Amino acid sequence: MATLKLQRPLKKLPQSPTGLKGLDEITHGGLPKGRPTLVCGGAGCGKTLFAMEFLVRGAMQYNEPGVFISFEETEKELTANVASLGFDLKGLVEHKKIWLEHIHLEGSEIAHSGDYDLEGLFIRIHFAIESIGAKRVVLDTIESLFPGLPNPLTLRAELRRLFRWLKNKGVTTIVTAERGENTLTRQGLEEYVSDCVILLDHRVNDQSSIRRLRIVKYRGSTHGTNEYPFLIDEDGFSVLPVTSLGLNYASSNERISTGIPRLDTMLSGKGYFRGSTVLVSGTAGTGKTSIAAQFVEAACKRGERVLFFTYEESPSQLMRNMQSIGIHLEPWVKKGLLQFHAVRPTLYGLETHLTTSIKLVNNFDPNVVILDPINAFVVGENQNEVKTMLLRLVDFLKMKRITAFFTSLTSAVDNLEMTDIYISSLIDTWLLLRDIEIGGERNRGLYVLKSRGMAHSNQIREFKLTNAGIELLDVYVGPEGVLTGSARLTQETQDDAEQLLRQQEIGRKQFGLERRREAMEAQILLLRSEFEAEESEALKTIGIEKARIHRFTQDRTKMAKSRKGDATPRTALGNKDKTKTQRNVQ
Amino acid sequence: MKLKHEQSKASRRREQPAKARIDKWVLRLYVAGQTPKAVTAFNNLKLICEEQLKGNYQIKVIDLLKSPQLARDHQILAVPTLVRQLPLPVRNIIGDLSDTERVLVGLDLMGRNG
Repeated sequence: MATLKLQRPLKKLPQSPTGLKGLDEITHGGLPKGRPTLVCGGAGCGKTLFAMEFLVRGAMQYNEPGVFISFEETEKELTANVASLGFDLKGLVEHKKIWLEHIHLEGSEIAHSGDYDLEGLFIRIHFAIESIGAKRVVLDTIESLFPGLPNPLTLRAELRRLFRWLKNKGVTTIVTAERGENTLTRQGLEEYVSDCVILLDHRVNDQSSIRRLRIVKYRGSTHGTNEYPFLIDEDGFSVLPVTSLGLNYASSNERISTGIPRLDTMLSGKGYFRGSTVLVSGTAGTGKTSIAAQFVEAACKRGERVLFFTYEESPSQLMRNMQSIGIHLEPWVKKGLLQFHAVRPTLYGLETHLTTSIKLVNNFDPNVVILDPINAFVVGENQNEVKTMLLRLVDFLKMKRITAFFTSLTSAVDNLEMTDIYISSLIDTWLLLRDIEIGGERNRGLYVLKSRGMAHSNQIREFKLTNAGIELLDVYVGPEGVLTGSARLTQETQDDAEQLLRQQEIGRKQFGLERRREAMEAQILLLRSEFEAEESEALKTIGIEKARIHRFTQDRTKMAKSRKGDATPRTALGNKDKTKTQRNVQ
Repeated sequence: MKLKHEQSKASRRREQPAKARIDKWVLRLYVAGQTPKAVTAFNNLKLICEEQLKGNYQIKVIDLLKSPQLARDHQILAVPTLVRQLPLPVRNIIGDLSDTERVLVGLDLMGRNG
């Protein structure tokens, strides 16, 4: 037992590629080769087309001729019906690639008596297979036999035998069946055809129809189990297995400019990552489309291709409006670098939008895709579905390394960030535009809410639409708070005035100081001159006094000489005089 | 009443042998090989015809195994299938014809011989 447990399936069951776009990806290779597959669904869900395309693709792409046994439509009708999808059934039949056979069974024309079997049908299928060497067989819709033939028990036994017989023949078979009320098929065919069961669904939601495909069962194979949207258009069937793609796309380090130099600066100086998803959200009239247009222009100038989905404006209106802010898109349209695709979101369902978008992207092969705005899809409570659709689209675009740029209108009442929360996880770079209402006016502010993988600015920038495009300005951040627009201007002039005043004050003070210094100097000069005058006066007196003392001493000596006195002159007196004169001088 | 009407119609036919020849019944029995069902069907058909249309019928057995393309041309699905080629309109009966009454109704022979 242990060894059994360790054994892993060595190889997959052989598969027969359908060639239906997307289906082979979900089934990892196609339908079970050599086995019957049941395709069931309600009226008009595309069973016949599914089966027919399987045959046509088989015949054209995989060199596997096929037999189409129709129980409902005649050969002529079938040929005419699929001609609208571009299949040349007539040619294929002539080249023995396809065998069409209509089995006509009118219950009312047939009487019955006793036991029967369906050997006639076996012979016909066998003959058809042998005639063209068919590898594929379609029985559409074999359930029609039930009302036409008696004895359902016999019929069931015969059908069981038929499916086993086809399996033994090794032809890959598609059996279509109408969906029953509580069962997959009305007649319980799933009991007999149990290798692979595919359910097609066509439902209407909010007046738009959605086609979906689900693989209910697939023996011996891993397969996607989701409901996948599919589309029938002029190219036939296409299933969108985008959610089955893993998160394994290669990411790019290349950076591309946003077209707004200061926004580039905010995004660490280089702009968005190539292949990333950018969301610009904001309330009405905040300039979302303008930012998109600026990006478009920048991309076109680099020579890149841009696909612009506009859901609210017509291309000409959009171009005219952008012209008013100096963004000229028309030349790029003429050059073939820019392509508009304008539809109302309500025109068709989400799936159809998704599939047409993907087809357009595949055809145009753009570098940048703009969706303006994505919330146009949200009607009522379908946010989840919108998210799923966008998720698929984002995954698809990422796989192709296409930069996706979405705009989203948010309601002013709700929290700006909350309203977009449902898609937040898909977004790599999220720019938020908001109104800043100050001083009786509205101004636009822009900031980077998030930007994966880069150091981005945390600053709010004022966002202005000028004649020469978008301009980002610093907002006024001061003690009064964040100011924009004329409030910012007023505040700035006020600031300037204040500054001027202060400077003048300083000037004045400096001037005053200077003056005082000058006054002081003058005073010093005056004092000095006064002092000098006094000094010279004093010195003069001192000189006189000194001369007088000298003379006095001389006189005394002269007198002593004349008296022939022996006493020495009294110097004490002289000393006394000296001090006296000195005092006088001072 | 209906029965009576049928009878009179039948007697009228017998009175006019020339028209009866035109009215010769052409029956085709489609089978797929000599299966027991095919044999049963053929025997049942033979019996009914002998009883109802003695000398005025022609049975052609077509084996689809031998000529499979005829299954498509003649829109045959189930076997055995009995096709009344003539008189018109064409009528089909499928099965081994073991339910005689249903065969008679199906071939519009009911009440031919009372």
